[in-house]
Amino acid sequence: MIVLQSVTKRYADTAVVDDVSIELGHPGITSVIGANGAGKSTLLSMIGRLLPIDDGTITVDGLDVTTTRGALLARRLAVLRQDNHLTARLTVRDLVAFGRFPHGRGRLGPADRDAIDQAIAYLDLDSVGDRFLDQLSGGQRQRAFLAMTLAQDTHYLLLDEPLNSLDLRHCVQTMRLLRRAADELGKRIVLVLHDINFAAAHSDRIVAMRAGRIHAVGTPTEVITTAVLREVYGLDIAVEEFGGHPMAVYHL
Amino acid sequence: MRGIRATSAALAAGVALTATLAVSSVFVGVADVTPVSLLHGGPDSEAALLLAASRLPRTVALLLAGAASAIAGLIMQMLVRNRFVEPGTTGTTEAAALGLLVVTVGAPGLPLTGKMAVAIGFALLGTALFLLLLRRVPVRSVILVPLIGIMLGSVVGAVTTFFAYRLDLLQTLDTWLTGDFSGVLRGRYELLWVAFAATITAWVAADRLTVAGLGRDFTTNLGMHYGRALTFGVAVVATVASVVVVTVGAIPFLGLVVPNIVRLVLGDNARRAIPWVAVAGAAFVLACDLVGRTVRYPYEIPLGVVVGVVGAAVFLYLLLRSSERVH
Repeated sequence: MIVLQSVTKRYADTAVVDDVSIELGHPGITSVIGANGAGKSTLLSMIGRLLPIDDGTITVDGLDVTTTRGALLARRLAVLRQDNHLTARLTVRDLVAFGRFPHGRGRLGPADRDAIDQAIAYLDLDSVGDRFLDQLSGGQRQRAFLAMTLAQDTHYLLLDEPLNSLDLRHCVQTMRLLRRAADELGKRIVLVLHDINFAAAHSDRIVAMRAGRIHAVGTPTEVITTAVLREVYGLDIAVEEFGGHPMAVYHL
Repeated sequence: MRGIRATSAALAAGVALTATLAVSSVFVGVADVTPVSLLHGGPDSEAALLLAASRLPRTVALLLAGAASAIAGLIMQMLVRNRFVEPGTTGTTEAAALGLLVVTVGAPGLPLTGKMAVAIGFALLGTALFLLLLRRVPVRSVILVPLIGIMLGSVVGAVTTFFAYRLDLLQTLDTWLTGDFSGVLRGRYELLWVAFAATITAWVAADRLTVAGLGRDFTTNLGMHYGRALTFGVAVVATVASVVVVTVGAIPFLGLVVPNIVRLVLGDNARRAIPWVAVAGAAFVLACDLVGRTVRYPYEIPLGVVVGVVGAAVFLYLLLRSSERVH
């Protein structure tokens, strides 16, 4: 499990993440929602040791993220932010192969090659394996980075706004794919999502943040309610049920 | 695995072309050194002496400096994540020259290796300053990055020129900043092997450089220490740039043109690109040197001038090409 204890992150005098204690990384998909500046991405980045923690501790399966050796942690937890260098002229296969880096320090054995092939096949990238990333569509590129994290073969997968700058079709495909990876491969996925309906439809657990603190935690039905959304977003949003999922009607 | 055999064949062809250029380079010059004169004269002839003392050292120096400078350019481009930087557009070369000036004035008795060490120190500081400046500039425009480096280089260069002028060392400064191989003799180029060794370590650690080129977050996710990879890469670049300045003088645009052309075909994977960049860099320098030696034979045009003209043209082309793509 990923355990956060009194975690705080400050920029100047403002606490962006304020004394947060929570357990994350339950089986399936956990989505973190909240308004801009609520501290979602900062929280995710601190778990992935991409940002230093000002106060408190974060452990992943008992390993403290600030002191554990990088490679050891990289075999437990993969983290993907959206500022990936998209103009990189790497082939898809090269990129996915880097996912094996924490396992073999760059030397690829037969097991590594199998993992790479499987990740590429799982994300349906066989036909573009030898293409450069800068020649792919946004959706394909997103899948290539996901394939890398699959090859990394970690228990936990943290994704910061994986639906950013994807069109509707690719959003749906990505969410279904993550659902499949959680169900079939046993990945424990933590997402930062802006679209609360995607979160409601595909998550097992939802964490709602407000002003650097955890405001609500629970199943989609427990968290996606008019009362919680009013607190979190400051809007009165009707919530309907559709196919067993709560759906927030916020476009009207 | 597809294409590996074809790539190896192409690389072999590239090596063969470079070898041909190297052999031509050995036999071009005012004095009569030809395979025939060597065979006739035997090992003690004037031709044999010239070959060992001047011609071979020059060709080896060209090969080493060409390969190492091109690789330094590639590393710089990956670490800064910008295709238009090389030691000459990041203040590295100018900082190395300033270091040389300081040590020439302050400790003239120091052996060449000591001077080189001081130059490397200054080059490291100059490059670090450039990277710090980049961190403070909010706009990450592709063109702005090398402009900042060129501005930094100009400031450092102006300081260097001022003191060189005051101390009557302008001519010495000029030999550092204009690559010229006409003075290469046995005993005066061997430091270039240090640059070559530095690029070999870069090849060994190529994957780390590629990963670091994909950014801090990406590197951290794979369990690698970003700062360490960056420091290592900058150290290689500073070493190569300093050694080249100390021994033969800066070769402008080389580190820019060669990696960019290789990159268009092979992409950003350093492990794959480095052998190609080395071979292409060596071939490019050899060819430019041959041109410089034959265009107004028996006189010579310094290599830095020839590479500068050809390199600037290719650079301009790449620049226009990229802006076409952006808009």
